[in-house]
Amino acid sequence: MPTRRRALLSLAALIGLALLSLLVALAAGSLPVSAADVLCALSGNTGGLAVEVINGLRLPRALAAFACGGLLALAGTLMQVLLRNPLADPYVLGISGGAAVGALSAVLAGLTLALMNLAAFAGALAAMLLVFGLAHGDSSWTRSRLLLTGVIVAAGCGAIVALILSVAPEEGLRGMLFWLMGDLGHAISPWPALATLTLGLVVTLPFARELNLLSRGDTLAQALGVSVKQVKRGIYVLASLLTAVAVTTAGSIGFIGLVVPHLVRLAMIRLGWGNDQRLLLPASALFGGSLLVLADTLARTVIAPQQLPVGVLTALLGVPVFLFLLGRQPHEHQ
Amino acid sequence: MNTPLLQTTRLEVNIGGHRICRDLDWRVEAGESWAILGRNGAGKSTLLATLAGLRPQQSGGLRVAGLALPHASLGAGARAMARVRGYLSQHQFDPFASTVMETVLVGRHPHLGRWDWESADDRRIAEAALNELGLNGLAEREVQTLSGGERQRLAVAQLLAQEPQLLLLDEPLTHLDLSHQVAVMELLTRRAAAGAAIIAVLHDPGFAARYCRQALLLFGNNEWLAGPAAEVITAANLSRLYGHPLRELGANGDRWFVPC
Repeated sequence: MPTRRRALLSLAALIGLALLSLLVALAAGSLPVSAADVLCALSGNTGGLAVEVINGLRLPRALAAFACGGLLALAGTLMQVLLRNPLADPYVLGISGGAAVGALSAVLAGLTLALMNLAAFAGALAAMLLVFGLAHGDSSWTRSRLLLTGVIVAAGCGAIVALILSVAPEEGLRGMLFWLMGDLGHAISPWPALATLTLGLVVTLPFARELNLLSRGDTLAQALGVSVKQVKRGIYVLASLLTAVAVTTAGSIGFIGLVVPHLVRLAMIRLGWGNDQRLLLPASALFGGSLLVLADTLARTVIAPQQLPVGVLTALLGVPVFLFLLGRQPHEHQ
Repeated sequence: MNTPLLQTTRLEVNIGGHRICRDLDWRVEAGESWAILGRNGAGKSTLLATLAGLRPQQSGGLRVAGLALPHASLGAGARAMARVRGYLSQHQFDPFASTVMETVLVGRHPHLGRWDWESADDRRIAEAALNELGLNGLAEREVQTLSGGERQRLAVAQLLAQEPQLLLLDEPLTHLDLSHQVAVMELLTRRAAAGAAIIAVLHDPGFAARYCRQALLLFGNNEWLAGPAAEVITAANLSRLYGHPLRELGANGDRWFVPC
């Protein structure tokens, strides 16, 4: 494990990376802006077109991307501890499926963007409560039961999504597909996501050592004084909420929640710091946020003026990275 | 009179509708070392987990250092309980990569405050525990690369780093070669002599007779027998316990039991 000093230094470096990614996002785009414009916009002044583009379009979108990336990475890290499986991701228990059903139903019904986000959030919560209620059925709350319930609920949601797509009118399909692939274009305000990310970190960091123990097995954790049942339920509810807010803001962006915790953990193992959640949780959140900001900047500039859904980019980048990582860790799953 | 480290009164333990013991009245004082013997499925591990407060008993009283279980091992009391009693599980899991040193340091968790990081003292305690198990030099090794015996010794080292007064060990000798079996039993005996209490589930009655001063026999039909090892561990009792005739051999004051 890292010393506290090294952990803080690493986090400071990651905060630097996050700020850098945000600056890149503010500067990049079809309308060229100068450093002076960026400074002017950030200091709250109003000015020319450049300042308005930054304040009105790029900054909210970059912040939303940062918040969503952070939320997904944090939720993924928590799910991996909860399911004690390095291959778990925030969507494995059906949260994104529920959100997709909600969002697509709203589009089908011709509701506004705000109502669509509300419906997505309601769908995510419904899926979470359904899985929670079913897995809780006999109060055993075992991993396999939780996982099975989640996978089945996700499959059910997938079927409903396919149904909606097949009956939806042509003009709605494009929006639906963008939502399903994950796209920051329909993010209204970054603040709910940023507030949730802060809340998630504030709630989990005091329990980081308990999570370390939990990742080594329930019996060991309980014998060493962790209230296993309560902590596990807490993780489940929190990770689900974080995921729900992320998909509500930007649709189901893939791979960030799976690959980022992996990358950070791999770097920590290389440094001899192991799987310490005290650093892994905040580092994943910061790195995931920065990565999504950069990916989104790329998505809206690479074939400008046309925009790509950022989920396509994260998947395109995520798949080879993940396969590479799997190939590098032959002893991980004996 | 001192509070016993462990006390059961009319304890009844069940698992899956199967009763393991009934009316167990048992007292374990500091300095004692107990072996729990019984055939497969007699409920040794279930009883041990119950004593550790990891699962509730059916009925009866159970106190660890004067605190009533399972209540004292839940919620806010769990950490305080973990400073008193330690539990070595039969199986160890390492789904995530971790070094040997980190794994031992996990044992220090109940001694650390919410925002504390492991101090130099904690590291010294962890290193001492690794030394005792002959794992010095492996501190930076990846846990997933250890052999079964090394991993088992690491689990014992983790328990020592926890510094509990009451050590509950479920088959501490699994995967260990003969010399390490002896080393671990001697180490546990030293801990008992230093004022801890040991309760270990063992499979070899010879080891139990040699290293434990007391023994609890679980016959699996609600019957149990507890007392000084010299009186309880006899060929007649063991033959009944394992359902197979055993013969006692003696040499240099040691007693060994072999199947007839």
